[in-house]
Amino acid sequence: MGKKKTIVCRCEDLTLEDVENAIDTGYTDLEELRKKLRIGMGPCQGRVCFQLVQKILEKKTGKKVPIKSLPKVRPPIIPVSLGTLASDEK
Amino acid sequence: MIKKADVVIVGGGVNGCGLAYNLSKRGVDVAVFEKNYLSSGATGSCGAGIRQQWSTHENAELAMKSVKIFEKLSNELGDDIELRQGGYLIAVHDKEELLQLEKNVEMQKSLGIPVKIISTKEIIEVVPILDIKGMNAIAATFCPTDGHANPFKTTFAYANAARKYGANIFTHTTVTDIKTKNKKVSEVITDKGIIKTDFVVNAAGISSEEICDMVGIKIPTKPVRKEIMATERLQPLFKAMVISFKDGIYFSQQHEGQIVGGIPIPEQKYGYKTAPTVSFLQHMSKTLTRYAPVLKHINMLRHWTGFYDVTPDARPILGETKDLKGFIHCHGFSGHGFMISPMVSKILCEYIVEGKTSDILESLSLTRFKDKKIEHEMAVVG
Ligand SMILES: Cc1cc2nc3c(=O)[nH]c(=O)nc-3n(C[C@H](O)[C@H](O)[C@H](O)COP(=O)(O)OP(=O)(O)OC[C@H]3O[C@@H](n4cnc5c(N)ncnc54)[C@H](O)[C@@H]3O)c2cc1C
Ligand code: FES
Repeated sequence: MGKKKTIVCRCEDLTLEDVENAIDTGYTDLEELRKKLRIGMGPCQGRVCFQLVQKILEKKTGKKVPIKSLPKVRPPIIPVSLGTLASDEK
Repeated sequence: MIKKADVVIVGGGVNGCGLAYNLSKRGVDVAVFEKNYLSSGATGSCGAGIRQQWSTHENAELAMKSVKIFEKLSNELGDDIELRQGGYLIAVHDKEELLQLEKNVEMQKSLGIPVKIISTKEIIEVVPILDIKGMNAIAATFCPTDGHANPFKTTFAYANAARKYGANIFTHTTVTDIKTKNKKVSEVITDKGIIKTDFVVNAAGISSEEICDMVGIKIPTKPVRKEIMATERLQPLFKAMVISFKDGIYFSQQHEGQIVGGIPIPEQKYGYKTAPTVSFLQHMSKTLTRYAPVLKHINMLRHWTGFYDVTPDARPILGETKDLKGFIHCHGFSGHGFMISPMVSKILCEYIVEGKTSDILESLSLTRFKDKKIEHEMAVVG
């Protein structure tokens, strides 16, 4: 499958080509890639894509990317509606 | 690792990278040290709103001149910073507030800022999802050239352009000490090596206090935790940033469609705790759905913490002091350091390269806290 068609981040619609191009331009830090491309900023918060990006980054740079450098998942973990959050019911 | 540089900048946020760009463009040999990755500090967690509607003349002028620079920045840097000028709408809740804001508007207009007071009917024309009753507004001020840019892309664009002019930018490199000789800076010690230099710029955000400690300078800045959230992406609904000084809320719809906003945390505390709180979530969602009830069906996706480096008068600390030559302050931005960064870089660059000073630079000197005659910026939000 072509790099243009291989989706790495489903939520933000980013392809293998997008990720590799960004790495080639010098974004060789997972957090920088995230902020440049919005990888991991979708509803799943990177559960689907971060490990893939980690592997792609390792392959391209030849350097180990430690698991602990994976960006954190931020609360509320799963999407919650503003109406639910605003309600006082427990 | 390099052995020397004309100027060493501590911190790779929007201010550090912006200054590195301005200096290297003028032929200055610059090194930037960033302990994590570029934009890992406040810059990476910020709302990146750009507002010219301030209560002090100085902030209004800094922001207005910065907007002029932002407008040309994507072209100049050769990278899109995603500037969007959808305006800032500031809700007015009562007569007393109206009086204060009328004064601000008059001052802002005298500078040439295209701001005006609008009616409740016009509020709905600008942001159709607002509920006038819910937000409790009697009017608003609106400036259409205010807006927003992408904070990461702005920082990366500055850094990339600076590198093209020969700046050396080191990420994952921590400044651990600064050596001085005869009241002048002489060396910067990092965990990767030692660099000789005549100038050190302290653009270390909330860590600026630590950097000042290295040279025995005390600053009155405190870290204040802030929380901020983002919803799922939506169709374009409105272009303006909506804020209220009374409720402390700010929110806007970003380039990609998500709504991003914040509000002061009910139990506000100083400190470095990063875990986000449930009370923020409740307070934010209650206030946001009061302002825009249609948003109650929208999902909130993420919520994170960032820090303001707050000074006693909510104005930044810039420039050199007599106590130590070559040590340049660039911190204390108190929650609005993104929007004025173009002018901050310009002013500090002119000072370092030409020795040029200005009324603004002098009024923002660290020495003002000794004189005790400080003018507080009132128009602070978030
Ligand atoms: C939630 C939130 C919302 C905000 N909203 C807005 C807004 O709408 N508009 C606006 O204008 N501003 C806003 N701000 C404020 C704005 O983000 C900051 O004022 C601005 O980004 C400061 O940039 P900086 O470059 O000075 O500092 P920072 O971005 O904090 O950069 C400092 C850098 O220094 C590095 N560093 C620290 N110590 C060392 C060391 N010893 N060695 C090497 N590196 C070091 C850090 O890692 C960091 O990357 C907001 C802030 C927050 C937290
Ligand atoms: S797949 Fe990348 S954020 Fe969900």
